Amino acid sequence: MNEYILEVQNLTKVFPGVRALDNVSFKVKKGEIHCLCGENGAGKSTLMKVVSGVHPHDSFNGKVSFNGKETNYKTVKDSENDNMAIIHQELALSPYLTIFENIFLGHIKTKHGIINWNKLIIDSRQYLKKVGLNENPETIVSKMGVGKQQLVEIARALSKNVELLILDEPTSSLNDNESEKLLLLINELKNEGITCIMISHKLNEVMEIADSITILRDGQTINSYDVKKDNVSEELIIKQMVGRDMTHRFPDQTHDVGTINVLEVKDWSVFHPEYPDLEVVRNASFHLKQGEILAFCGPMGAGRTELMMSLFGKAYGSRSTGQVFVHGREEHFHTPKDAIAKGMGYVSEDRKDLGLILIQSVKNNISNSSLKKLSYMGIINKGKETLEAENYKKSLNIKTPTVNQIVNNLSGGNQQKVVLSRCLLADPDIFIVDEPTRGIDVGAKYEIYSILKDLVKEGKSVIIVTSEMPEAIGMADRIYVMNEGLIKGELSRAEASQEKIMTMALKKIEEN
Amino acid sequence: MKGKNNTANIQPMSFLEVAKTNMRNYSMFIMLTVIMIGFAILTTGINLSPRNFTNIFIQNSYILVLAVGMVLVIIIGNIDLSVGSIAAFTGAIAAILYNTGIGLFLTVFLTIGAGLIIGMWQGYWIAYVKIPAFIVTLAGMLLFRGLTYIITNVTPITPKTDSFKQLSIGTVSPQFLRITALMEKRGKMVPQDIHLLPIIVGLIVIIFLLFIALRERNKKIRNNFHVLPVQYFIGKQVFLIALILVMSVQFAQYRGIPIVFIILAITVAIFTFMTKNTIFGRYIYAVGGNSKSAKLSGINSENITFFVHVIMGGLCGLSGILFTAYMNSALPDAGDLFELEAIAASFIGGASASGGIGTIIGAIMGGLIMGIINNGMSLMNIGANWQYVVKALVLLLAVWYDIYTRKKSGMV
Ligand SMILES: Nc1ncnc2c1ncn2[C@@H]1O[C@H](COP(=O)(O)OP(=O)(O)OP(=O)(O)O)[C@@H](O)[C@H]1O
Ligand SMILES: [Mg+2]
Repeated sequence: MNEYILEVQNLTKVFPGVRALDNVSFKVKKGEIHCLCGENGAGKSTLMKVVSGVHPHDSFNGKVSFNGKETNYKTVKDSENDNMAIIHQELALSPYLTIFENIFLGHIKTKHGIINWNKLIIDSRQYLKKVGLNENPETIVSKMGVGKQQLVEIARALSKNVELLILDEPTSSLNDNESEKLLLLINELKNEGITCIMISHKLNEVMEIADSITILRDGQTINSYDVKKDNVSEELIIKQMVGRDMTHRFPDQTHDVGTINVLEVKDWSVFHPEYPDLEVVRNASFHLKQGEILAFCGPMGAGRTELMMSLFGKAYGSRSTGQVFVHGREEHFHTPKDAIAKGMGYVSEDRKDLGLILIQSVKNNISNSSLKKLSYMGIINKGKETLEAENYKKSLNIKTPTVNQIVNNLSGGNQQKVVLSRCLLADPDIFIVDEPTRGIDVGAKYEIYSILKDLVKEGKSVIIVTSEMPEAIGMADRIYVMNEGLIKGELSRAEASQEKIMTMALKKIEEN
Repeated sequence: MKGKNNTANIQPMSFLEVAKTNMRNYSMFIMLTVIMIGFAILTTGINLSPRNFTNIFIQNSYILVLAVGMVLVIIIGNIDLSVGSIAAFTGAIAAILYNTGIGLFLTVFLTIGAGLIIGMWQGYWIAYVKIPAFIVTLAGMLLFRGLTYIITNVTPITPKTDSFKQLSIGTVSPQFLRITALMEKRGKMVPQDIHLLPIIVGLIVIIFLLFIALRERNKKIRNNFHVLPVQYFIGKQVFLIALILVMSVQFAQYRGIPIVFIILAITVAIFTFMTKNTIFGRYIYAVGGNSKSAKLSGINSENITFFVHVIMGGLCGLSGILFTAYMNSALPDAGDLFELEAIAASFIGGASASGGIGTIIGAIMGGLIMGIINNGMSLMNIGANWQYVVKALVLLLAVWYDIYTRKKSGMV
């Protein structure tokens, strides 16, 4: 039999205005873990979509062979029948169904057309156990965090008897702990003979897990490495990805922190939107100085997003108690509109659901929060609007043929840049960014960090909510550590280390 | 590091690609043309006669006005089932008000006002109390039908003087702008009135539109913005000019510009401008496209929803006036199935049932497609029964085609 499970030869895929894949060749050995690296918009997701039949066979040029046989997939269903499974960058579970329903969705075994629900529940347990998800199969998936949803996706793939599992940025929305578990699971699957292709921007993970690495740039294969044989380093990968050396991961410019508090929060508690008695954030108190970068660290579900969104005009939660002072004045925001009017800005971590309007153009998405500024008597100055959009397209290097492109057609990382642009254009004094670099390549990360640093230099203040501890340590003047709805402690830049953050997050606080 | 350009694989789109991605914007025009030509063959050209051409506008004006409002409602992700009943109700109000002798202008003004108030009533329940629009307007459908029966006493009300009727069937053509020319008619040369006003207005509109389009394009080129390929630009302008010229010539040969056409043109111009160029318009699309994201962007989606339903109410008032004028009588059963015609027009015109997508022009095109089919089949003496069947199939086909082209251009 063939040594390669998947062979891609001279693949070209063109979208209007974009040559997403340009004569790409790529081979995956049976039983290996093969990582795909490349900048945002390099074509990684597109390549995987071609392989798995999301883009049908007649929509590209080139040859894809699976197990030595040329494929001819018209839909994803066809590739599933060949025991291939793909888990997309944006999760695709049905949010209001239960775990086990999601696992078997699309391939429910029936007896004379009748579903044996109990058997499904029992069967689902075995897959949940395999992926290490300790949840009742009857839990509604939208009630769980992204990390657990990710595991459900994998359980779903396993239930279909996969040979080749494709994971598109599976860890981008997981914290370190969860990522670690996921990587272990992938390794375990490899031992069972399942081949894995993984796309990731987290190069440390790639180095840890990969048997082979392929690097894409601007739709072309730059190189393929066998990790054991070739001497691969993170630096080398970065260089091949971006086409030049990158010595620093964080801009090392310094800035001065002011003395006045632009934001002060006292005893802030937030209650769950559906269970009004459940406290999601408890008695949070913190302050933000002018010209300061704050980071909020902690595991998923620590309550960081909930805290920020509730401060941002009650965008989360049924109710909240406590006090908020902006520039020293107590404020009662009822809607995000009020908060924006007082100079706050919030970039959501959930760009698909809360951040973007996917069916609208890049330009409209960027300008949506700032139309007042771009108009006269309610009439939009379209020239100015386009100009601003073009500016951000250039400065953040948003990869799109025109600013009139539908955002849905952009790569994941480039969509993230659009969300950031929108908030930047609105020009808030207090800039709250929730996982700002989720799914963003190393080069672009540096650009975003630079922009944040520029903001504080101008005297604005920034709050970064992040699950990546290096990001917090590299960027913040001060770090608040949250867990289980509580602010567990505070660290200055000098004190901060990954270990300290971890121990602080797990520390018990005596309650009185 | 800054200013680096990694857009190596981004290429300018070719003419064909642009045409392909924009195809769905023009599919309605193509469909309209095909249907018109089809009926022209079937009716030996009667449907294209200047007289019939004018009548198509008169017969459909009240639906087209509703379609303008309906597409806005659909863009924000709602639906309005009550427009037929409200049009009947406001139509009756118009007749009653007019018969008190307050004059045409005040009647129109107050009736549209009544429509706006009805819109506020429904908008309040939908936007602020958050009862689904489907339910509120279903209630409205019954409520305003009932009120129509009550205020009309279930008998038709006829406007006292004929001037009300002119609102629908009247035309504008000043005496001094008329000439008589010899025209060929069934092989003979006969003298016929030619109304110059439509041609003059048509030319002015063409010059105006060309001027705007060129100015925009130049501005973009000067700023180095992306512009459509020049062939595409010229093609679009030629098409527009041809369209306006055909309409002008048709109106010139019959009785001048129909008053309803002026009303429609103004309505369409106002709302097209609103949707494309104002903050309010942009917010409508934002709320429909993703209401959660819109909210986090600082948009008050409740207010937007409310005002869209208010606008719909006002347009129902206008539609009621036009229908009463067209029938020269306010009928208790007026407006039957108008809501479905308006909804179908919006969807044929490319609106998306999940919200966020749709255009005013599209809805008008959709309404005209339905109108032309009605009209053509009537000219062929095909009964209403078959008209329903054909319209149903057209609705399905049109929406299928729309979904198909959207998929092709990668918009899913
Ligand atoms: N449906 C589409 N229509 C038009 N262009 C598209 C479409 N899908 C992808 N593209 C374009 O193809 C290019 C490659 O996109 P792709 O999603 O494969 O990038 P990626 O490598 O996965 O990036 P990221 O790391 O940001 O996820 C991008 O420039 C993107 O804008
Ligand atoms: Mg991707």
